[in-house]
Amino acid sequence: MEYFLQQLINGLTLGAIYGLIAIGYTMVYGIIGMINFAHGEIYMIGAFIAVITFVILGMFGITWVPIAVLIVLAMSMIFTSAYGWAIERIAYRPLRHSPRLAPLISAIGMSIFLQNYVQLLQGARNRPIPPVIQGGFSVMERADGFNVSLSYLQIIIMVLTVVLMFGFTRLINHTELGRAQRACEQDKTMAGLLGVDVDRTISLTFVVGAALAGVAGVMVTMYYGVIDFYIGFLAGIKAFTAAVLGGIGSLPGAMMGGILIGLIESFWSAYFTIEYKDVATFSILVLVLIFRPSGLLGRPEIEKV
Amino acid sequence: MTVPPKPTPLLEVEHLTMRFGGLIAVSEVSFTAMDREITAIIGPNGAGKTTVFNCLTGFYTPTVGRLTMHRKPPKTPLYLERLEAYRIAHKARVARTFQNIRLFSGMSVLENMIVAQHNKLMRASGFSLAGLFGLPVYRRAERAAVDLARYWLDRVNLIDVADWQAGNLPYGAQRRLEIARAMCTEPALLCLDEPAAGLNPRESAELSDLLTFIRDEHKIGVLLIEHDMSVVMTISDHVVVLEYGRKISDGTPAEVRVDPAVIRAYLGEEEEETPPEAVQRLAGGA
Repeated sequence: MEYFLQQLINGLTLGAIYGLIAIGYTMVYGIIGMINFAHGEIYMIGAFIAVITFVILGMFGITWVPIAVLIVLAMSMIFTSAYGWAIERIAYRPLRHSPRLAPLISAIGMSIFLQNYVQLLQGARNRPIPPVIQGGFSVMERADGFNVSLSYLQIIIMVLTVVLMFGFTRLINHTELGRAQRACEQDKTMAGLLGVDVDRTISLTFVVGAALAGVAGVMVTMYYGVIDFYIGFLAGIKAFTAAVLGGIGSLPGAMMGGILIGLIESFWSAYFTIEYKDVATFSILVLVLIFRPSGLLGRPEIEKV
Repeated sequence: MTVPPKPTPLLEVEHLTMRFGGLIAVSEVSFTAMDREITAIIGPNGAGKTTVFNCLTGFYTPTVGRLTMHRKPPKTPLYLERLEAYRIAHKARVARTFQNIRLFSGMSVLENMIVAQHNKLMRASGFSLAGLFGLPVYRRAERAAVDLARYWLDRVNLIDVADWQAGNLPYGAQRRLEIARAMCTEPALLCLDEPAAGLNPRESAELSDLLTFIRDEHKIGVLLIEHDMSVVMTISDHVVVLEYGRKISDGTPAEVRVDPAVIRAYLGEEEEETPPEAVQRLAGGA
């Protein structure tokens, strides 16, 4: 029971991070119908910006944790937004009217480019940072001394995720940008004729998705304390799996898929073999694609007559 | 009693030609749509009517031609052939509907109306930031947008279904919603592509009322493609007839109706006076 609870806490934390990345995949798919394979790299860049900012803040002696974390989050979101915007502008917009395969290949190219770019600039070695937020609660203690702990960091990650998801849902459902975005999802031509600047709406979609991935990058940096230029690949594919599991194009689906993938990974590692945790995750991807391609919350694609 | 000001030119189409490879869809078409008038474009199928609309709204870049949209002084005229689609709606204030209905079917009726006021709201909300935090600035702008939406929904009898998903409305209601949505962009020129298609006679009559209301009360120009002659002949101030991409007639409904070129286009060539030999033989019994 205690062991289970501990895995639940770990799984939810991990799931929150996946969920934040998955939103970027699902949003971009919703609006331009392509998988942005460079999105995982945005998350990796977010993590690097976090490390760099922590180091710079340390040099200036700004070590009061709440301020430091806020600055890091802000910097990371600003930079990843800029990257997200630039990627769309450079790699996807010129291919907007090309066959579907062209932007997909461009996305993969962008992903490889960004990995190598960071590797060249930052080196291939791991980047560790000292733990920023330490301590936590002991939720429960078993007779033999096993401790169910909930660290402050885990609480912060989960609370921040809930706040972001709440704000994001509000953005989509109740603001002008969200409305324009949903309109573009349904009919870009008509949206344009009603005065919606479709290109700008698509750019902002990339910006918002990238900012969320940036936050996920900051979280993972603080959570694991070590990053390298390659983390974006696996995390990106897993978040993509989460988006597919939830139903690609569906925002609540992406959040739910993220949490589920986090839980599956965490429980699999705990009760079965940790070596095969990625196999478990990707088996889910295969199963979903075979048995329920529209995902848990996605609408099945209806052939228009 | 004040004399209403004379209509002034709103849209001037000059020498519009649209070529697709070897096919000339529209050739040397020129006409003027006046402000506060309903101008109808009619013609047999394939005459190039919709192509003219597509050139006006930025779908196609005309091969040759100038499309001048006049604006209230001191604003300078805009050349539509040089503008991107969303600027045509936003800056030149041309709105259009399609032959086939293109509502945002997954959104509510009211949301469809509010998307049409995108630019106004986007400016008021500082790129949605004010909207995200629910600031009063945005609330006010949103209330104004909803008021305008309600006005038009009321006008087209859709106020009771404002919360429905647009895709679930009956056909006639979807047509009306399209026009109401176009009006929410507060256009200077409203372009309607076969708005009466698929409507029953009562609905067509309502449509005629709505269009005359839009012309008389909102004082804008309406450009209309329509096959339903009962609508065209009763409400139009000016009719342009196209055939095979060329303009064959231009004038008031009464003038156009008796124009031999128009009659020929619609009814085919008149038969020769002398019937064929076989018929003569039969008739003569020889």
